[in-house]
Amino acid sequence: MAAKLRETPLIDELLKGPWPSFVKEIKKCAQNEKNERGSARSNDLLGVLERSYKETIGHWKHGGIVGVMGYGGGVIGRYNDLPEEFPNVAHFHTIRVNQPSGWFYTSDILRKLCDIWDKHGSGITNMHGSTGDIVFLGCATDDLEPTFADLTALGFDLGGSGSAVRTPSCCCGMARCEWACYDTMALTDDLTRTFQDELHRPAFPYKFKFKMSGCPNDCVASIARADMSIIGTWRDDIQIDQKAVADYASKLNLENDVISRCPTKCMSWDGKKLSIDNSNCVKCMHCINAMPKALAPGKDRGATILLGSKAPIIGGALLSSVIVPFLKIEPPYEDIKELAEAIWDLWAEHGKNRERVGEFIQRIGMGNFLEQIGLEPRPEMVINPRSNPYIFYDQDQE
Amino acid sequence: MGDEVTVSTVAEAMYEMVKQYHGKKNLKAMDLTKAMIEKFGGDNCDKQLCKQAIRELIDSGRCTYSYVGGSYIVLPPT
Ligand code: SF4
Ligand code: SF4
Repeated sequence: MAAKLRETPLIDELLKGPWPSFVKEIKKCAQNEKNERGSARSNDLLGVLERSYKETIGHWKHGGIVGVMGYGGGVIGRYNDLPEEFPNVAHFHTIRVNQPSGWFYTSDILRKLCDIWDKHGSGITNMHGSTGDIVFLGCATDDLEPTFADLTALGFDLGGSGSAVRTPSCCCGMARCEWACYDTMALTDDLTRTFQDELHRPAFPYKFKFKMSGCPNDCVASIARADMSIIGTWRDDIQIDQKAVADYASKLNLENDVISRCPTKCMSWDGKKLSIDNSNCVKCMHCINAMPKALAPGKDRGATILLGSKAPIIGGALLSSVIVPFLKIEPPYEDIKELAEAIWDLWAEHGKNRERVGEFIQRIGMGNFLEQIGLEPRPEMVINPRSNPYIFYDQDQE
Repeated sequence: MGDEVTVSTVAEAMYEMVKQYHGKKNLKAMDLTKAMIEKFGGDNCDKQLCKQAIRELIDSGRCTYSYVGGSYIVLPPT
């Protein structure tokens, strides 16, 4: 029988309101009679949380030597500093499980994943963590290997953590979205399999994230969150169905809602025909999103590769910068892999501890960085004219 | 010609280094790699060989990874 729920008047405040509540879910786990050990853990978790709200301090330490044999990541050690009072969460580690590309599951697999977690852990999950992994919250040290064994038997692997490649993630791409300019799911799967060593055996100064978005809508926020952002684009003309544009014109105010909102003012509408000066289109996707039945990305599709973003909780957010304006994204993806390896080679050797690749570029200068990894400076790398002092032209190029 | 530097030779030298620094300084994979290239010379030892040596150390259980604000290679807890 599940133990009596701990009294938690402060965190109960978070139950009031028309939104989902993690307190409600933890309480449900704490009352799960089918998982006695998990319910004891969840109950103690409620107790620690209540105590932290009361004292306004956290009671968790993280890190240390914890994991599964042969892996340097995938498990984040968490220890409670009040083990006598809350023995069931004395260690309450987080397991990151590598999610399938695009987060597609069958209901059968989801049930099996939950069964594994009910059997070995607290039953509490986070679907999904900010990097994209399936997150199992609350594993005791002794339960790590059995959980891992059951996960691998089901065909799952751990995700990344620590100073390593983090679990690559992508938008649903061609599986569901007509705007996808390349197969994000295939690339994500390929990079994950190719870079198993870099994922599981930390050898970098800090984390390195790949995020794949199929078009500039960037549904996985790759430009803001990935060390290497691979964002789909096209280099020919936007496809226009003039008849469908005319249909939109009868429903929308084309001038106000579409034309005037083009950031480069490269569109015009004469009442009958939509014209686009494609040489000035910056692929912002606005017009395509506004008239999805009339416009579509061009047919010559690939991706732009950007480098260096990070989205820390406290401060110092960076957006990625363009390093390859256009690349065809086709298996076996050798160009991307070689580029990533050249970057890692340089950054691993010269980066400081906990220095993300974007910070490293800022420190050594983009010009030096590009030279070291063997890329030529390109005009597309300049964010604003005269604001990027890192690209110099030879006298004879002027 | 000198003796060939094998994965096991490098792994052994890395292990000695981890032991020597145990409790004094945490070593990252790159610290070990740089030290081995310096010790055996760039012609005899490269990053790839060091990667294999680290794999041998970890997979044999002689060393393990730890996380203390970064990932390090350390002796397993006794
Ligand atoms: S990023 Fe683009 S291709 Fe991917 S799901 Fe979003 S709109 Fe579709
Ligand atoms: S994609 Fe953006 S920049 Fe290009 S034509 Fe449409 S609105 Fe203009």
